[in-house]
Amino acid sequence: MTNQQNWPLWEVFIRSKQGLDHKHVGSLHAADAGMAMENARDVYTRRQEGVSIWVVESAHIHASNPEEAESFFDPANDKVYRHPTFYNLPDSLKNM
Amino acid sequence: MPTATNPNKQPVIQDPACQAGSDAELRFQQKVDNDLKIEPRDWMPEKYRQTLIRQISQHAHSEIVGMLPEGNWITRAPSLRRKATLIAKVQDEAGHGLYLYSAAETLGISRDEMIDQLHSGRAKYSSIFNYPTLTWADIGAIGWLVDGAAIMNQVPICRCSYGPYARAMVRICKEESFHQRQGFEILLTLSKGTEAQKRMCQDAINRWWWPSVMMFGPHDEASPHTAQSMKWKIKRFSNDELRQRFVDMCAQQVKVLCMELPDPELRYNPSRGHYDFGPIDWQEFHQVINGNGPCNRERLSARIRAHQEGQWVREAATAHAAKQAAKLEKQVA
Ligand SMILES: [Fe+2]
Ligand SMILES: [Fe+2]
Repeated sequence: MTNQQNWPLWEVFIRSKQGLDHKHVGSLHAADAGMAMENARDVYTRRQEGVSIWVVESAHIHASNPEEAESFFDPANDKVYRHPTFYNLPDSLKNM
Repeated sequence: MPTATNPNKQPVIQDPACQAGSDAELRFQQKVDNDLKIEPRDWMPEKYRQTLIRQISQHAHSEIVGMLPEGNWITRAPSLRRKATLIAKVQDEAGHGLYLYSAAETLGISRDEMIDQLHSGRAKYSSIFNYPTLTWADIGAIGWLVDGAAIMNQVPICRCSYGPYARAMVRICKEESFHQRQGFEILLTLSKGTEAQKRMCQDAINRWWWPSVMMFGPHDEASPHTAQSMKWKIKRFSNDELRQRFVDMCAQQVKVLCMELPDPELRYNPSRGHYDFGPIDWQEFHQVINGNGPCNRERLSARIRAHQEGQWVREAATAHAAKQAAKLEKQVA
């Protein structure tokens, strides 16, 4: 007795309060975006955890491959000079 | 190279060369040892995956079946306040089931498969939910003892090595604390009531105590998978350690109720710094686990019936979505 076969998986993102980013909170099944939204409200914001919800069909998300993470993120490895702490400045210099 | 696979659902195809003792397995264990989380598409040993699927889905089933004994009292709650809080609690349990089902799905099992396993009796759920709720006091005892034991079990899982399970558990634990408090408040009110209410309170504690103590599972020497689960950081404490904490906590809390736990051997042992307690009736535990508890058949048939009666709703939702999509296509065209 299958039933949810046609119900796609949706990823749910919630903005917990005005001014903050939407953050991934979990996933759920629903027949369409409208129902996914209502389900997300009932499942993930029963205690006012959000002021805004995004739902995205999981199949539409492209993800980097964890197996290739090392080489994929490699270009940033040797560029410590992108951080302010790289620069040697005297303590007498204030507010920089 | 970015891949178009669903980021959560589809597990990485297992490399046949990655067997026990292989490089991949060593790297995996190193990550676990360093308290790094394992995420859905990371390589993992097949047994780790299977162990998690079993544990998370059983946990999800327990949340869902766990709604039944309490749902039994929603229409008969003694006041509007009690009714509102009980509904909120039962609704939370439904939410917990959903968080956990989706965590399990990230390991490659489908929702339908899990539901099928539950309904066909292949999957287990916590044996505690096969006991009946005979009086209103049982709702108090469940909140205090059953949710109390669940919290004791679940808090360490917030640090489980598998990311989606750990994150679901953080959410669940946050919500659980009100469950235990509402239960205790029910018992506290009864404990200050009439003689009949006090008797009802003690009777519920008597009936729920031992099944709650059994919720931690068999003794350590009888649970052969504990060592592996600890090594994988799926489990952080042994069954007996958690059980002892639970007994210690309840032995103190029951004094606030001016009630007793039904165990003549329960007493504080200063040399251990813990409460000693009497032997557990494991025969009863196995009877209930194997389907012969007081309500096993009733619980399962209630679940199956609810699922069957919801069939038309699921079909209607699917039909509605298809119709809307077709309409949209027409507008575009
Ligand atoms: Fe729960
Ligand atoms: Fe609960």
